[in-house]
Amino acid sequence: MSATLHVNGNGNGHEHRLTKADFQSDQETRWCPGCGDYAILNAVQTLMPDLGVPTEKTVFVTGIGCAGRFAYYMDTYGMHSIHGRAATIATGLATTREDLSIWVVSGDGDALSIGGNHLIHALRRNVPVKILLFNNQIYGLTKGQASPTSERGKITKSTPFGSHDRPFNPIALALGAEATFVARTLDRDRKHMTEVLRQAAEHRGASLVEIYQNCPVFNDGAFFNLTEKDTKVAAQIRLEHGQPISFGPEGHEHGVARAEDGGLEIVPLAGNEQRLLVHDQHREDPSLAFALARLADRPTEPTPIGVFRQVERPIHGAAASENPGRHVGDTAALDHLLHAGDTWTIAGP
Amino acid sequence: MRFAGDSGDGMQLAGGRFTDATAVLGNDLATLPDFPAEIRAPAGTIPGVSAFQIHFASRDILTPGDAPNVLVAMNPAALKANLASLPRGATIIVNEDAFTRRNLEKAGYPVSPLEDDSLAEFTVHRVPMTTLTTRASEALEGVGTRDAGRAKNLFALGLLSWLYDRPTEVTERWIEGKFASKPAAKAANLAAFQAGWSFGETTEMLDVQYKILPAVDVDPGTYRQINGTSATALGLLAGSVRARLPLLLASYPITPASELLHELAKHEGLGVRTVQAEDEIAAAGVALGAAFGGHLGITSTSGPGMDLKAETIGLALMLELPMVIVDVQRAGPSTGLPTKTEQSDLLMALYGRHGDAPLPIVAARTPGDCFRSAFEAVQIAIERRTPVILLTDGFLANSSEPWRIPSLEELPEIDPGFAVAPASEEETFLPYARDERGVRPWAPPGTPGLEHRIGGIEKQDGTGNISYDPANHATMTRLRAEKVSKIAADLPALEVDDPDGDADVLVLGWGSTYGSIRAGVRRVRDRGLKVAQAHVRYINPLPANIGEVLRAYPKVLVPEMNTGQLVKVLRAEFLVDCKPYNKITGQPLYAAELEEAIVELIEAPLEVPA
Repeated sequence: MSATLHVNGNGNGHEHRLTKADFQSDQETRWCPGCGDYAILNAVQTLMPDLGVPTEKTVFVTGIGCAGRFAYYMDTYGMHSIHGRAATIATGLATTREDLSIWVVSGDGDALSIGGNHLIHALRRNVPVKILLFNNQIYGLTKGQASPTSERGKITKSTPFGSHDRPFNPIALALGAEATFVARTLDRDRKHMTEVLRQAAEHRGASLVEIYQNCPVFNDGAFFNLTEKDTKVAAQIRLEHGQPISFGPEGHEHGVARAEDGGLEIVPLAGNEQRLLVHDQHREDPSLAFALARLADRPTEPTPIGVFRQVERPIHGAAASENPGRHVGDTAALDHLLHAGDTWTIAGP
Repeated sequence: MRFAGDSGDGMQLAGGRFTDATAVLGNDLATLPDFPAEIRAPAGTIPGVSAFQIHFASRDILTPGDAPNVLVAMNPAALKANLASLPRGATIIVNEDAFTRRNLEKAGYPVSPLEDDSLAEFTVHRVPMTTLTTRASEALEGVGTRDAGRAKNLFALGLLSWLYDRPTEVTERWIEGKFASKPAAKAANLAAFQAGWSFGETTEMLDVQYKILPAVDVDPGTYRQINGTSATALGLLAGSVRARLPLLLASYPITPASELLHELAKHEGLGVRTVQAEDEIAAAGVALGAAFGGHLGITSTSGPGMDLKAETIGLALMLELPMVIVDVQRAGPSTGLPTKTEQSDLLMALYGRHGDAPLPIVAARTPGDCFRSAFEAVQIAIERRTPVILLTDGFLANSSEPWRIPSLEELPEIDPGFAVAPASEEETFLPYARDERGVRPWAPPGTPGLEHRIGGIEKQDGTGNISYDPANHATMTRLRAEKVSKIAADLPALEVDDPDGDADVLVLGWGSTYGSIRAGVRRVRDRGLKVAQAHVRYINPLPANIGEVLRAYPKVLVPEMNTGQLVKVLRAEFLVDCKPYNKITGQPLYAAELEEAIVELIEAPLEVPA
């Protein structure tokens, strides 16, 4: 895709090639120092000019939480809505405005707790929106309560004796809702994040991207096993379409293979090369992607990142938009409707 | 007259067909369907009774009537459930075949009421409808006993059509169309209908036939029969057409509002999109998303759904985007009585959001008036950039009346007035700049140069940027309230019907009690007493002259189907000692009970403040 084609027109004849600066609003960013959100914002703003969508056709709809502020920092159209409901508003927008590129930015509390119902239905319907789920496994804006992705036993202000509840696996949840694009990436891997976001943007339908995002204040280091230099090679299982799934440092390489019981298992690479699973993100049946999503119970274990699934399915509203009978403002059709059925006329005196 | 039978007996259908024939004949009419919340309560029991009442005349009709003069009872339960509402001397036509021992037991009759003297003050006609219906289709080819058995409602319809001399072609045409693909059912229903008619004509059991001439005191024009649901749908559609904005309705199934979703779902051809959302909250969110995108976003529900939508309505109000919320009120609280009517959401519509969150409220008064009210709700929402609540109720939604079809020239054009791009790059777009009406620009995504962010956090006046400044919050709270109150300047004044201008009592109502109040007032006037009537359409802002009107009368009566909600507002706002009249039975107000209440207030000594 050539970036030179992507220009912004403001109607006065001055057009210019879009740059990152065109997507930066004049609002001061107010996340905590060191917050993973900065890296995500930076990656998104950098990617935007390459996507071929002008700023006026791009919309960010966000929920409540630290991630919710994202909309204010993008110089596009944007709405910072209410807790959990961004997906519903984006659905209404996508249903009526097929010309727009719509992004939803949400957090683990917003998308999976208060907004869980809307998330699964947006995915089920395949609404053409790109959902970025910033997962830091904690409530940040409300100052540190357990979230639906916090690990069991997590001690927080709301769970002083440790969280009793099993956390959600967002990827497994999205696949269970038959999402057509499901991916996971990391705030501290700019290159990987950009590539995954690009694929999400290009997908026709609902995309869900879980971004492991560090909260330096309330849950610092939750994903360091996956993101830091000395551990990440052994912990990241990178999913690449068409490639055998293998990972680990030289000399300790491992791979993912079918176990005898039909499940998946992590095996040493040596001697198992022929058994390794070749990743097929376009596989229609989501059960293998689901098994991959469940390889790691927590990000402290070797964890798959990348695109789990990308398939084509009719998008929400497509059938209605293809209806040739749409004619807004048709007074004759309205008049016909008003007179439908049996009518009678009473003459004047 | 009232058709009553088991839920499975097709009483709503019989009533609906009778209504159509009556409308085509040119009588004025009003109807009241009354059915249980259960789809099929146990057959033959009192909770399973479904009824349909119609009031028609050659003069203008105001209500579906307090008490029917004719009751058709298809089984003992239907008789028992409806007997209390019959006036002495009323005619009862029963399906004699259904008065079996088993059915009598189910209805709780130890002895058949047809055999003792419990119905002595009524004129009772015993018609073996099941037998006659079955016999009528015996000779017909391909018609089984099942088809014949199910057609007894058409027999009853035929009999009543003869009794009131309704035209048969309308019903016959309907049967032909409805059962076009089912020849056996068509034949059975036609035979049953004709048998009912012939039974009336040939037996001497019913010794009178009533002829009710077309109504004369109605305005000239083209009319159709319409219920509140259809009128609401058409009003919303008309708003969409006159604003040239595609309509999106997002809704979640709920009684009695679901019908509006069904109705609008038929009209994709006029740019309508309907979304059956995953829940009430999502429905509001989808509608708001459509509004953000520059479309006409509408969500519809009944009471419990309003509870769930409150937060999204608050957001729409904060974003100052157009949106229409249709609340088809039903008896609450909680699940309450889903199929029964009430006016108990007024205070919720006014105040049911956190923060100082005023928004315009329009209340429809008759089934046909739902059209105008819906159109105006759309107009106010778009022109003033605000969510608007349209209040109808279960009675309006299901009840029907003849409706003069408006010509499209009567409907004003609605200008969405979308913001245009600034002329130069130096000019900054201010999403929260206001015009003299306090209205901000509407700039849907897509226009270059107008990129901006809006949200639920308090906004800086003008720029719309986040602001935590204390003085700014006070300013914005005031500006949001002023924007709504300024609408009153462009609304028609409250009209008072007071023939001599010196009435002792003003009866002030709102919503679906309009017809009952008018009928009650008419009865009081017939007694030579002086009473004035006014009816509020705009609950917020209230008409500019309403304080003046209230103070002009020594006594004010405010009848409502709730425990006294509008009356509270009037007393608080205007310090006028209005008297409440409340009914909370899930049934509409009756003219007779209002007549009594008005007369009582006229005769009450005037309270002089100490």
